[in-house]
Amino acid sequence: MQLEMIGITVLWIFLYGYLIVASIDFGAGFFSYYSMLTGKDHIINKIIDRYLSPVWEVTNVFLIFFIVGLVGFFPDTAYYYGTALLIPGGISLILLTIRGSFYAFANYGARKSRLYMFLYGATGLFIPASLSTVLTISEGGFIEETKNGVVFHADRLFTSPYSWSVVFLAIVSVLYISASFLTYYAYKAKDFPAMEQLRTYALFWSGPTILASLLVFWGLSKHNPEHFASAVSIGWMFGASFLCFCVAVYLMWKKENLGLSFVFVMFQFAYAFFGYGISHMPYLLYPYVTFQSALTHSTMGWALVIAFIAGLFLLIPSLALLLWLFLFNAKYVRGEK
Amino acid sequence: MDSVIWSRILTAETLAFHIIWATIGVGVPVFISIAEGWGIYKKDPHYILMARRWTRGFVITVAVGVVTGTCIGLMLSLLWPKFMQLVGNVISLPLFLETFAFFFEAIFLGIYLYTWDRFKNPVWHWLTSIPIIIGSTMSAVFITTVNSFMNTPAGFSIDEAGRVTHIDPIAAMLNPATPSKVAHVLASSYVTCGFLLAAIAAFYILRGRTHIYFKKALRLTMAASFVLAVLTFVAGDLSGKFLAKYQPAKLAAAEWHFETMKEAPLIFGGILDEETLEVKYAIKIPYALSILAGGSPSDQVIGLNDIPREEWPPLYVHYLFDGMVAIGFYLIFISGLYLFLWLRRKGGEWNPWVLRGIVLAAPLAFIAIELGWMYAEVGRQPWIIVGLMRVDQAATTADNVDVMTLMFSLLYAALAVVAVSVLIRLFRKNSPEKEMAERISA
Ligand code: HDD
Ligand code: HEM
Ligand code: HEM
Repeated sequence: MQLEMIGITVLWIFLYGYLIVASIDFGAGFFSYYSMLTGKDHIINKIIDRYLSPVWEVTNVFLIFFIVGLVGFFPDTAYYYGTALLIPGGISLILLTIRGSFYAFANYGARKSRLYMFLYGATGLFIPASLSTVLTISEGGFIEETKNGVVFHADRLFTSPYSWSVVFLAIVSVLYISASFLTYYAYKAKDFPAMEQLRTYALFWSGPTILASLLVFWGLSKHNPEHFASAVSIGWMFGASFLCFCVAVYLMWKKENLGLSFVFVMFQFAYAFFGYGISHMPYLLYPYVTFQSALTHSTMGWALVIAFIAGLFLLIPSLALLLWLFLFNAKYVRGEK
Repeated sequence: MDSVIWSRILTAETLAFHIIWATIGVGVPVFISIAEGWGIYKKDPHYILMARRWTRGFVITVAVGVVTGTCIGLMLSLLWPKFMQLVGNVISLPLFLETFAFFFEAIFLGIYLYTWDRFKNPVWHWLTSIPIIIGSTMSAVFITTVNSFMNTPAGFSIDEAGRVTHIDPIAAMLNPATPSKVAHVLASSYVTCGFLLAAIAAFYILRGRTHIYFKKALRLTMAASFVLAVLTFVAGDLSGKFLAKYQPAKLAAAEWHFETMKEAPLIFGGILDEETLEVKYAIKIPYALSILAGGSPSDQVIGLNDIPREEWPPLYVHYLFDGMVAIGFYLIFISGLYLFLWLRRKGGEWNPWVLRGIVLAAPLAFIAIELGWMYAEVGRQPWIIVGLMRVDQAATTADNVDVMTLMFSLLYAALAVVAVSVLIRLFRKNSPEKEMAERISA
């Protein structure tokens, strides 16, 4: 395989990983706060805490990995996006900072404060919204290269229907993914009241997810017809995504095999996310940066690939151990250990 | 003020804030592991409790370390896009490796925190502390190689068009500054955490708490800190020798050393007349600078007069350097004194003045870290990568960096206040005496 293909594939897989684990985390924050407001926190918070406490830092590293990897493999992206995204990037960072630290303060600190829970819950919706705008920006039209350098047209972003449809999709997907996973986790914990509660959330958010996806397609066809055309040419991937969605919702509805249901949710998003990624090629930033033009020096590129393979030998067993101890260990999940 | 200045302020502020928590992140796991291991070996529940309590505080500080680190990671691209574009080609390998170190640390920290009583044999739990140490120490090593590269770039060449070619990622990582810098950064992080934990124990003893737990904690941390303080000094000495060879201007500026000469004295404190370059009221230690720079009094040390004036670093770095070195000697002195009194076995080590000296050492150690970095970074001006890229060439051209700076300043201030108050409340609620009693009855 060519270097640039390896690079972009690795990065996209990690971004997908971040999408899943971070959605679970972001959604959980919202559900925690929401259930506190409605006085149902005693039902679901135990489940959320047991899963999240050991893994939140790992979630954060997925994002760092993606950013560092992107700059490493494709240094030109640092120049274009870096210059343009100072304000939106800075705001996302502030939100991420508040979220990470207040999660720790609320969970490892001496008491649960309402304010900490609010910050943790609210950022759970604002962060995916702000991060998703980077994908919107990559479609072109918002960043322009002029004689005086790279400029970013924030006003266009705020008035673009496409941009808003992506934000909407990001938020509802987060809630849907999170609720589906937590339903399964509650089921493993044999915590049936929590499971019921979370299952309602999952079913509730499934419809808007599909609606939002359709809106995004419509927005894309207006905003970047070229990308839309290439998405249509691999339409089967989006069809497969929809099929997975139907299976997932059916299983959830029937309360059968909730684990499998979540696997189908993951497939649903995998097909859609990779379909989006493939049709986005070759541009990293339309129309200025392609993954060939931005590629790092080949020596550095191969060094990164070797480092990546070596790193996986370390990472995969450790991640497996983590999952085995906290996700697939029935006693831990049930709170007996 | 323009974007360049604001970018520098925001970067400096973020790094200076991150380094506090990062230092705790590098050093405290080592002490947690020592305490737990020693407790298992000696079958002494006090040490196990120590490890548990330190860990509980540690997760709070790690969280702040993680989020501020995420800030720098992204901010480097946002504020220094040209720098990162170049870095991406030449020195991204250690940055990339660092993320694996983060993964490793984060995964095992999660495991360590939630498996205290899950293994029949406690040694298994203790073993999971080792990857945390490896992860955090390696992240410090990798990021320090990047900073070293900025001081002594290596592992590439430049063609006629000014582009970088012939890239050798390993040589870039193992540039001349790496060995001494890595050694000094690690040793100073460890010693700072030793004093941090010692100061907490000393503080409680001063407050009149008599439980043996505090005495054990103080002995353990002071014994380790003495060794580490000496190692920090040795590594600092190596850094001085490195500077004399590769960045003579930085060393000469720190020493207000103008004439190139042998048998150079070391100047401590004093006031400089910027016009005549005369130094007043300073303490002069004969030959000491030659020894620091080369190892013997007969070594020649390059003075600033042999360096073009526009390449001089700001001369106030003298005070930063002096502050750091003075604190270094103080740390060796106070831990040495404690050990000496302990070995005499007359109880002198519990003298309130000794304990106060230990409490004072903790903030001083953190100040030394800050002074050391400011010296290292300011002394590099005007370069962001020495000889390759100037700071003003690297900075972003975007507006609004001033707004960002304001927002992040508020954020860090809030984080600092909340984190500290959460920590205080956490430890107030559970005293070790109470916890010990609970654990024995349970
Ligand atoms: C507890 C903290 C601490 C203490 C007690 C000392 N240092 Fe230090 N020093 C650092 C913490 C530090 C640091 C924060 O780790 C720095 C900043 C950049 C670096 O590489 O390490 C540093 C930098 C630094 C440099 C510049 C390296 C460079 O720019 O490449 C020199 C020459 C020294 N130190 C020398 C010393 C000497 C001779 C000490 C005598 C005891 C000493 N330091 C004590
Ligand atoms: C963590 C410990 C560090 C601290 C406390 C620190 C401190 C500082 C300070 C005080 C400045 C301002 C200097 C001035 O402009 O007057 C600065 C600048 C800077 N540092 Fe460091 N530094 C650290 C490590 C690093 C590392 C590891 C890197 C890079 C990977 C780095 C990159 C920069 C950059 C890009 C600037 C701005 C350009 C400049 O002014 O030189 N620093 N830092
Ligand atoms: C420009 C410089 C730096 C950057 C870009 C940077 C980046 C980061 C990032 C992204 C994290 C979060 C990792 C996570 O999620 O686990 C982090 C944490 C950390 N950083 Fe920094 N860092 C810098 C400087 C330093 C320095 C100079 C040191 C050590 C001397 C250091 C030591 C650590 C450690 C040990 C952690 C782990 C978190 C903890 O245990 O507190 N970093 N850093």
